[in-house]
Amino acid sequence: MSSGTVTTQGTHGGLAGAPPPEAVDPRTGASVAYNAGHTLPLRVEVVRQFRRRRTQLALGFLVILPFLLVLAFEAGNNDPGAGAPGLVDLATVGAANFTLFTLFAATGFLLVVVVALFAGDTVAAEASWSSLRYLLAAPIPRARLLRQKLVVALGYGFFAIVLLTAVAYVAGLIFWGTGAARSPLGTTLPTSTSLVRLLIIVGYLAIVMLFVAALAFLLGVYTDAPLGAVGGAVVLVIVSNILDAVSALGSLREALPTHYQYAWTDALSPSVSWSAMTTGTLYSLGYSVVLLGLAWRHFLRKDVLS
Amino acid sequence: MRRRTTVALASAAVIVAVAAIGTTAIASSDPAVVQTVAMVKVGNDADGTPVSLDTTLFVPKNLKGTAPAVLLAHGFGGSKDDETADALDLARHGFVALTYSARGFGHSGGQISLDAPQYEVADASRLIDLLATNPHVTLDKPGDPVVGVAGGSYGGALTLEAAGYDQRIDAIVPAITWNELGQSLFPQFAQGTSTPGVFKKQWAADFFGTGSGDMGVTPTTCGKFAAAYCAAYQASAAAGRPTPEILALMAANSPARILDKIKAPTLLIQGEADSLFPLSEGDANAKGIAAGGTPVKLVWYGGGHDGGLPETKRIRSLTLDWFDHYLKNDKTATDTRFEVTVTNASLSASDSQPKASVRVAPGLPGVTAAGSTPRQSLALTGARQTVIAPAGGNPAALTSLPGFGSALSTIAQAGGLGDLSTLPGQVATFETAPLTKALQLTGSSTVDLTVRSTAPTATLFATLLDVPQGDAKAVLPESLVAPIQLTGPFTGQTVRVTLPAIVRDIAPEHRLRVVISTTDQGYAMPADARAYTIGLAAATLSVPVLPLTALHPSSLTGLWVGLAIVVLVLLGAWLVIRQRTRRRIESASDPSLAAVPLVITGLGKAYRGGFRAVSDLTFRVEPGQVLGLLGPNGAGKTTTLRMLMGLIAPTEGEIRVFGHRISPGAPVLSRVGAFVEGPGFPPHLTGVDNLLLYWRAVGRPLEEAHLDIALEIAGLGDDIYRRTKNYSHGMRQRLGIAQAMLGLPELLVLDEPTNGLDPPQIREMRDVLARYAATGRTVIVSSHLLSEVEQTCTDVVVMDRGRLVAQGTVAELVGRGGSTLFGVDDEDAAVRIASALPGVTSAGRSIDGLMLDLNGTPPADVVAALVAAGVRVDKVTPQRRLEEVFLTLVGQEQQ
Repeated sequence: MSSGTVTTQGTHGGLAGAPPPEAVDPRTGASVAYNAGHTLPLRVEVVRQFRRRRTQLALGFLVILPFLLVLAFEAGNNDPGAGAPGLVDLATVGAANFTLFTLFAATGFLLVVVVALFAGDTVAAEASWSSLRYLLAAPIPRARLLRQKLVVALGYGFFAIVLLTAVAYVAGLIFWGTGAARSPLGTTLPTSTSLVRLLIIVGYLAIVMLFVAALAFLLGVYTDAPLGAVGGAVVLVIVSNILDAVSALGSLREALPTHYQYAWTDALSPSVSWSAMTTGTLYSLGYSVVLLGLAWRHFLRKDVLS
Repeated sequence: MRRRTTVALASAAVIVAVAAIGTTAIASSDPAVVQTVAMVKVGNDADGTPVSLDTTLFVPKNLKGTAPAVLLAHGFGGSKDDETADALDLARHGFVALTYSARGFGHSGGQISLDAPQYEVADASRLIDLLATNPHVTLDKPGDPVVGVAGGSYGGALTLEAAGYDQRIDAIVPAITWNELGQSLFPQFAQGTSTPGVFKKQWAADFFGTGSGDMGVTPTTCGKFAAAYCAAYQASAAAGRPTPEILALMAANSPARILDKIKAPTLLIQGEADSLFPLSEGDANAKGIAAGGTPVKLVWYGGGHDGGLPETKRIRSLTLDWFDHYLKNDKTATDTRFEVTVTNASLSASDSQPKASVRVAPGLPGVTAAGSTPRQSLALTGARQTVIAPAGGNPAALTSLPGFGSALSTIAQAGGLGDLSTLPGQVATFETAPLTKALQLTGSSTVDLTVRSTAPTATLFATLLDVPQGDAKAVLPESLVAPIQLTGPFTGQTVRVTLPAIVRDIAPEHRLRVVISTTDQGYAMPADARAYTIGLAAATLSVPVLPLTALHPSSLTGLWVGLAIVVLVLLGAWLVIRQRTRRRIESASDPSLAAVPLVITGLGKAYRGGFRAVSDLTFRVEPGQVLGLLGPNGAGKTTTLRMLMGLIAPTEGEIRVFGHRISPGAPVLSRVGAFVEGPGFPPHLTGVDNLLLYWRAVGRPLEEAHLDIALEIAGLGDDIYRRTKNYSHGMRQRLGIAQAMLGLPELLVLDEPTNGLDPPQIREMRDVLARYAATGRTVIVSSHLLSEVEQTCTDVVVMDRGRLVAQGTVAELVGRGGSTLFGVDDEDAAVRIASALPGVTSAGRSIDGLMLDLNGTPPADVVAALVAAGVRVDKVTPQRRLEEVFLTLVGQEQQ
């Protein structure tokens, strides 16, 4: 461990030849080479996050999951039964159906956890490593740091949804081929239509997950504990789901941020029914904007003590 | 499936007793409701037998004054107990409710006359008389109570007829009942013919079987049926077609006759899963009542005599709203829109199975009659086909059986028996092309056929199927069939057939298939074998396309407005902050200080809890200085440096770096390199990646980083390519200092840089800092180690408990009092001799020896003088001078 220490310690001749300081912009007092708008470029943040084990594990799991499901379906006896079929009963009809089932199974929890992980951990982890203060003193303006980190976190979250969808589709293709998608409503959709519907579903899921990301991001800005931010966001989403199950709350439940998270199943109706998805979109955007506004408000004023 | 089957089986047990309302009679009492049971004498039976009805009156316990009444009629084969739950519900909502067992049922006496005006309908009037004398019931006028009537099936027809015959009734809610009992039991869906239809033998047998079965009386073939009805039914069943007697009886007992007399506002509920009284019966009732100008609201719900979706809560709530409005004169506007339940509207979030939703259309669309609903023509193809009706009607297609709905055929299909609803050789099929867009099918389609028969008559069963693409099986919605009965001669005339009324969303790419079958097990079929030739008279299928909207269209306006306000507020806040930041940066410059690395003025920081970390701190650092920030732990050094980095906001005073005031992210920080409170690295990156990615995050060109110099200072060798999570504390420390030096900042701030370094490395660090300052740059080092500051720094600022204690060059501070300890054998002599030397004064004695202030005289001269004078010197120890100063200063503070 100390092997290099001795050998390379020398005279620091480099410092003797150090150039004079860079030119200065008299208006801001900054080095002319410094441009606040160029700090923390997206690709740098993408690389910083991608090298993390948790990023690789989360994405890797999303790649494996569809194949685990394939194994489960192949091993088990998927007897459709005599009742009204759910997406699970139709999962082996073809690639599109398998993808739909995978997304249905992942919407409530898995995607929530993955998206919360990407969004909640991004700022909190820097705080926990103490690297946040060096980034801020670089200086990366606080609003810009949040913006770049949020964009990258949302990008990873969106990529996770797309990745799961794509891998599930490919896995379905390998094992059960294309074939018209069948909805439990009795609807059959030809391959081209079902692909369009899948795009709609992925888009809507991304919007629904925006709320989860915004919530996790807000918590991540407040706490220095990455697990606290991610876990807190997941717990709040679960609480919202539980409240949604309390029918005594009546129409109040419609305002719950997770109430419309499954509205994407409306894309399986004979003609896409947009009303629930539109409502869900508005709620998700509304909640997200407020939560992110709070995150910005807090972070711009906060004393960074980590 | 299980739930559906259970419902179906349960309804099979009580057959027609499955009323639309009140299927979940669980609670039979409620402390808030007073129940009174009474036998009420009504008109005699046809044979003169006196009859009493078993009744229960439900009155709200805390009723003040009077309340409107509601009479509840039960379904066929049931009793007043079926209505208890609904009665309690009504009583809880402030109504007086009266339930009763109809004559021939429950504990009531008498015989069944199938809702005959002179018996069952007259009974209802008699019960209304009774309500008019009840002190709890509100009256319109003496003898005329404010009263509503509700009932399902058998009770539904009674409700309609009672409202037609007794004008005292103010509002009614008839459910899943008939318009023409003849059309229900001998359905005919060929338009424009007066020929009676096909005998619905299974339903009829259950209907009459219930009335004549084990009802606790002496077994006879007629049971509790009045003799006339019993005889007429038995004759018809034997013949397989209606006798004139039964047609006359059924016409007399059908609401169709008196619809124009109904003036009570009517909420009409009909079931989509109902092969006994299909939707067309409800439509006929609705139209007949509405024709007289009476308000009618029509509801198609997901249930019916075949099971389906019970929707009990919704139906109850609709009923209550209706009575509230028309009996209690509540002023809320009534919703008279047509409501229809689409059972396959969307998917449930919990199990992704189909979930129903309710859609509405304004008014009374009358969807089963051509012309009144927008219709669309779909091209239909299919050659003329010859089909066989086997002798004895066997084997026969299996679609829907009484009370089971489609359950049996579904089970048969799942069990591998195939689709029993269409038998090979027995069906003619005609199909549309795949639909180009989705279709909301709500009601009856029609098709024009030509039929030829080898016999004088033709008995056929028409169905409409939803045919998906590929190998998915076709769906026969609710297993409904439309029987047609034709009589010859068959000369190729056109027969317009009304297909079953169904509610279903048809997907694009699906086809609609018209199937004409020669058999159906639910119906009486000709005994002889026949062949029919069936073709299309017109190659079109006319489908109803009723524009429906969601029952509760989510009001998006509020959401849009809310979202827009939130976005605008945030946008405004952002613009203000941006503007302020820009102005702050631009106005925060003091050009006269542009060359001064650091000026701190009146700086203070109080944390939220009230703890003051820094108070009134003022000092200045000039270029080329190596400033030591000295103080014990908790002196406020780190807080000061954090404020210098813009990480925490001062509560008072300001910090200027090169003349620019520091704020979070101030651009001038690009000329400051900092290492504060230990290193901070993403542990998953190697040392060199950490430095590189940090510099790329700063966004400046790589050549300005002088990475080679930084790597040399870090001195980590090949370890630089390992992940930092494997580094020792000292390695991380050196990497952190190297990171601070990236870009060779003009002001380098190092907080406790030697923590974790070993002595050679500490010496190395001192050398680096001296060289760094020698390039004209400025260094600030904070430390609680005096020797370090003394040996490294040119200038010192001493802090204690948040305040500045002393400031100056190291020489200045040391000059205030530096002394040397001499170990001598004769202290008195030593003081005398040394004091003679220039500048030397005695500083007192200690147990270790004599303290002398030399004030510039070299210690060697003092030793030489002492030895020359014969004083033995055994040790000379320079005191740690700054430490002494420091302790003195801090000590003063503490006193």
